[in-house]
Amino acid sequence: MSDTVRGPAIEAVGLTKTYKSGDTAVEAVRSIDLRVEAGQTYGFLGPNGAGKSTTIEMLCTIRNPTSGTARVGGFDVVRERDQVRRRIGLVFQQQTLDLQLTAEQNLRFHADLYGLGRADAERRIDEVLEMVALADRRSDVVMKFSGGMKRRLEIARGLVHAPQVLFLDEPTIGLDPQTRAAIWDYLHDLRQRTEITVFVTTHYMDEAEHCDRIAIMDHGEIVVEDTPEALKSSIGTDRIALRTDDDEVAIARIRERLGVEAGVHEGQVTIAVPEGAQVVPRLFTELGVHILSVTVTRPSLDDVFMTYTGRTIRDSEGPQGSVFPFAGRR
Amino acid sequence: MTTRDTAPAGTAAPLDLLPEVRSDRAHQLRATWVVTRRELLRLKQDKARMVTMLLQPVLFIFVMGTGLGSIVDTGGGTDFRTFLYPGVLATSVLFTAAFAGISLVWDREFGFLREMMVAPISRASIIWGKCLGGAIVATLQSLVLLALLGTVGIPYSPVLIVELIGCLFLGALLLTALGVLLSTRIKTIQAAMPISQLLIMPMMFLSGSLFPISGLPGWLAVLTHLNPLTYVVQPMRHFTLEHLSLTAAEQERLLPVITWFGWEVPVGVQLGAVAVITLGLVALAARIFRTTE
Repeated sequence: MSDTVRGPAIEAVGLTKTYKSGDTAVEAVRSIDLRVEAGQTYGFLGPNGAGKSTTIEMLCTIRNPTSGTARVGGFDVVRERDQVRRRIGLVFQQQTLDLQLTAEQNLRFHADLYGLGRADAERRIDEVLEMVALADRRSDVVMKFSGGMKRRLEIARGLVHAPQVLFLDEPTIGLDPQTRAAIWDYLHDLRQRTEITVFVTTHYMDEAEHCDRIAIMDHGEIVVEDTPEALKSSIGTDRIALRTDDDEVAIARIRERLGVEAGVHEGQVTIAVPEGAQVVPRLFTELGVHILSVTVTRPSLDDVFMTYTGRTIRDSEGPQGSVFPFAGRR
Repeated sequence: MTTRDTAPAGTAAPLDLLPEVRSDRAHQLRATWVVTRRELLRLKQDKARMVTMLLQPVLFIFVMGTGLGSIVDTGGGTDFRTFLYPGVLATSVLFTAAFAGISLVWDREFGFLREMMVAPISRASIIWGKCLGGAIVATLQSLVLLALLGTVGIPYSPVLIVELIGCLFLGALLLTALGVLLSTRIKTIQAAMPISQLLIMPMMFLSGSLFPISGLPGWLAVLTHLNPLTYVVQPMRHFTLEHLSLTAAEQERLLPVITWFGWEVPVGVQLGAVAVITLGLVALAARIFRTTE
């Protein structure tokens, strides 16, 4: 599209941030490597205090790394700060609008700070307001806006200067489910119409499903990085839970006919298999006991997150412990 | 609901739109003006502020001035309110300008500062924009008071009005710079208010705005001479009383010459000194801001 497209949208090598807290040095980010291809939506997950915010702040030129380098949009975040800044849009957790000004005035301020010409600014402001469905509220003072509207306006503002990379730090935090869904609709819409790269942190696992790739960060390090599908597959397997007339017989037949160990958890016969939905018909034909109900559960990103961060490993099999190992089943 | 259908197809070109990197100085000047203009827009949105800020100076002139006028001897026939007027005009920008400067603390608290901090502009343009914007806003708010010139027996001379506006702007810039400087160190709104009061009140009383600085006891005279605001108030009074025919006795009493170690300081030098101090404060604020934010 233009000569500015070159290499990955974000590339970090050995990125490290150390804080001094009294006499001790705290390593907030420990030599992480990142590579985000242009046009991807990249999810950045991790528990609170994992180092996500510090990482995003270094990529956005707000903080300088202690060591390591990062390039965003092809420019070095330390040495070419302003070039990076012109190419990124930012939406913070904390709102950063001027509540006393109108929506349009907020956007115009932004366009001016980023050096847009008058005609470009007019056109972009119209476009982004249209995109987040706030065109009819452009002359309203932002103080009158609801939380969701403010957040939409912030996303619009982050796009006014046509950035190559949009950084969103917890864009849906504190919003109701409908508004959260609407915001993701806008982001999808954006992806379809432009080749923008979106870098988003969230701790809503369902939202991570929207991403092309996910990195999970913990204790200042990236513990795993892959597509959502691959991550879910990596921890294995679907879970099938069934209620039967005779659990003893069911367990025996499952072992004998399907070659799978089954256990009883919370009053249900439970097995772990790679493709749950394909196994269900065989249960009916081969068990020879009366089946009252069957539930197939796919592994969620919640499971992935818990597995890799290990903070609170939730055992999805119930209190007795796991009958299937989380990792390495396929 | 969805805008997908209505949006122009041309939006798929985000990269073409990037503004070319302008000459740095031009962009920083423009950024300064953008930050300045925001202060003006905010004033426009907040008309209540314009009105309430006028109340105090009007009270000073007409209530305090009239009340004290009966017991104060001006040394001749001059109304005490005529004497008081330029001083009160100066104090009116004192408050509005200092608060405009302190508003940087609000910007930080409510998040908007971050929007400015991550933009491709220098920290200095944020500070200069805040200072100039605050000073213009404070000057504009005081303009209404100029309409009262006639009510205290001062002629509506265009030259005088221009001189007064110039002094008001300089004084406003001084106080805004001081407010911004405080804001670079003070991080909470709770602390900002009392600390700014602590600074403003002595500056007001020690500038000779409300009483003549002739015949003050030594310690008070020293403090008055150290207060930069004195060099805004005295020139304003000088310009105002110039237009009236004062007797020699009144001149000496109401408009004493300011001396530095025996040297009679001309009005121009007084204003020049204020300008230098103001520039120093802005530069200091910009420096602290750059290293701490």
